[in-house]
Amino acid sequence: MSGHSTYEFKNPIARWVDERLPILSVVRGQLVDFPTPRNLNYWWTFGGILATMLVIQILTGIVLVMHFTPHTSMAFDSVEHIMRDVNWGWLLRWMHANGASFFFIAVYIHIFRGLYYGSYKAPREILWMIGVIIFIAMMATAFMGYVLPWGQMSYWGAVVITNLFSAIPVVGDQIVQWLWGGFSVANPTLQRFFSLHYLLPFVLAALVFLHVWALHVTGNNNPDGIEVKSEQDTLPFHPYYTMKDLFAILVFLMVYAAFVFYSPWYLGHSINFAPANPLSTPAHIVPEWYFLPFYAMLRAIPDKLGGVIVMFSSLIILFFLPWLDTSKVKSLKYRPLARQFFWLLVIVCLVLGIAGAQPAQGAWLLVARLATAWYFIHFLVILPLLGFIEKPKPIPASISEAVLGKAKA
Amino acid sequence: MTTKVENADVSRRDFLYIATGAVGAVGTALAIWPFIDQMNPDASVLALASTEFDLAPLEEGQGVTIKWRGKPVFIRHRTPKEIEEAKKTPLAELKDPIARNLNLPPDAEATDENRVKDANGKVNEKYLVQIGICTHLGCVPLGEQGDYDGWFCPCHGSHYDSAGRIRKGPAPRNLDIPPYKYTSDTVIVIG
Ligand code: HEM
Ligand code: FES
Repeated sequence: MSGHSTYEFKNPIARWVDERLPILSVVRGQLVDFPTPRNLNYWWTFGGILATMLVIQILTGIVLVMHFTPHTSMAFDSVEHIMRDVNWGWLLRWMHANGASFFFIAVYIHIFRGLYYGSYKAPREILWMIGVIIFIAMMATAFMGYVLPWGQMSYWGAVVITNLFSAIPVVGDQIVQWLWGGFSVANPTLQRFFSLHYLLPFVLAALVFLHVWALHVTGNNNPDGIEVKSEQDTLPFHPYYTMKDLFAILVFLMVYAAFVFYSPWYLGHSINFAPANPLSTPAHIVPEWYFLPFYAMLRAIPDKLGGVIVMFSSLIILFFLPWLDTSKVKSLKYRPLARQFFWLLVIVCLVLGIAGAQPAQGAWLLVARLATAWYFIHFLVILPLLGFIEKPKPIPASISEAVLGKAKA
Repeated sequence: MTTKVENADVSRRDFLYIATGAVGAVGTALAIWPFIDQMNPDASVLALASTEFDLAPLEEGQGVTIKWRGKPVFIRHRTPKEIEEAKKTPLAELKDPIARNLNLPPDAEATDENRVKDANGKVNEKYLVQIGICTHLGCVPLGEQGDYDGWFCPCHGSHYDSAGRIRKGPAPRNLDIPPYKYTSDTVIVIG
């Protein structure tokens, strides 16, 4: 499965380079000839979509920095300056702001794809765990980016999230002051967030490299969850999947462009068009949509430290998923019972997202509590038990049998 | 003879190896500190500012928010009803029984009197001075709201009573009382 190319370059210059630095044969082996399962569906295109979004965020980010001023007295105005004065500034800013949202749309689909097809199971545990780290790093990046325009929601989001660390016993307040560089969220905070917001996407790029490296050691999982057995099961990555990925990327970018051009503020909060005011909290503060399920969990627990622990545990638990799921069968295509629980989990996560956007009281608080409880029950009780209770459907002997039917394979 | 020399050599190498490693490790550990500590509050932030405030213009039932060290400070001229409610609340009903008044010892009880005491022990129960930051996750609570005639934090629903003590919701502590003292009967200095 290593996919190392034995290709002999005809072009003498290419051969000369490759003998000294085998970069061309690596590209050839990993991106052109790479043997890829022949049955991948469109849910497998979100990896390529994610890579595209990371590149878009880095490019738009680098040019935004050419006009942005990371100081509390000027940050808000400099973003308005980008919107009104800078050539194409409005486009670059809306590409970047909506780009973050679409980045998360893609990553959530990508993660649930992995959950459905059991892509986290042996031998892909490390691949999955690097993915979870990428997800957490993405959240940190987006959080710090959102603080930069220094609007009301930027400011109060920063206050609430940094204060999460004050729940840590004994040293909590010390840590929060260290994060702030003062006694409140202020200019030192904005400047360090800017520094880290610039840095983290490049850390992400490095993590993505490791993620793809791990992927190319084990090879892709696939909708049937059966490992590749022979060459019959695979197709070369190029042109079969380069084209399929490209098609999906283009469709995805069209939806993204529709938001950027026709309702660039739809996914945001209008209160962020008001400059930060440290003396007055807006009546209803909510994070960006992609944080809502976690925010709902934080608020579901009526205890400060407890809420913080539950929220972070919901992420940490994903690291242990490969061992929590006791079933040997990867794809839910062959696990009728687990499939129903999968869709229940999807609904629970959506409900958490809706609950996170409501004021934390009354019926919604109760709903958030039940959904939070179910999230943990799913991973800690249901998944371990299902492996013993459930009787999987018969699994085809190979990918080609699954695709072509028994007779032809 | 040969063995001896070899052994001597090996232990010399071991020593050099461990010593180099140790100096490298300790040196690196020490060098990390400036990189971490630079993020702590700097000298300009630490230069403690103090703020003077004249209470006289405050009408009964009126509250204002002023800024001290970048934080909101609530100053409220309480009504007799608010004062009475706060005074007759038994300590056993409080979620946080500690005064959280930086002018008092850290274990002082959260009586109404201890919530309005300045650094010199002066008590003027009409005026409540507190840091307007919810002890849950740092939002600024809204005045004259909530179930206890005090403050309500809209962020995650914490209720504080008319002495700024937490009564309901996720916040763990009473609102903090900043260091302050009366310089005359109606003027206070915060900080
Ligand atoms: C993982 C990739 C990234 C994500 C998820 C991300 C996310 C965000 C978000 C959510 C905002 C707030 C948008 C708004 O409401 O205006 C933002 C702002 C900003 N980001 Fe990024 N970003 C990424 C990469 C970068 C990079 C690589 C740079 C610089 C090299 C950068 C520079 C900026 C600047 C200057 C702003 C403030 C201007 C503005 O608000 O539009 N970003 N980012
Ligand atoms: S910040 Fe006040 S209740 Fe959470």
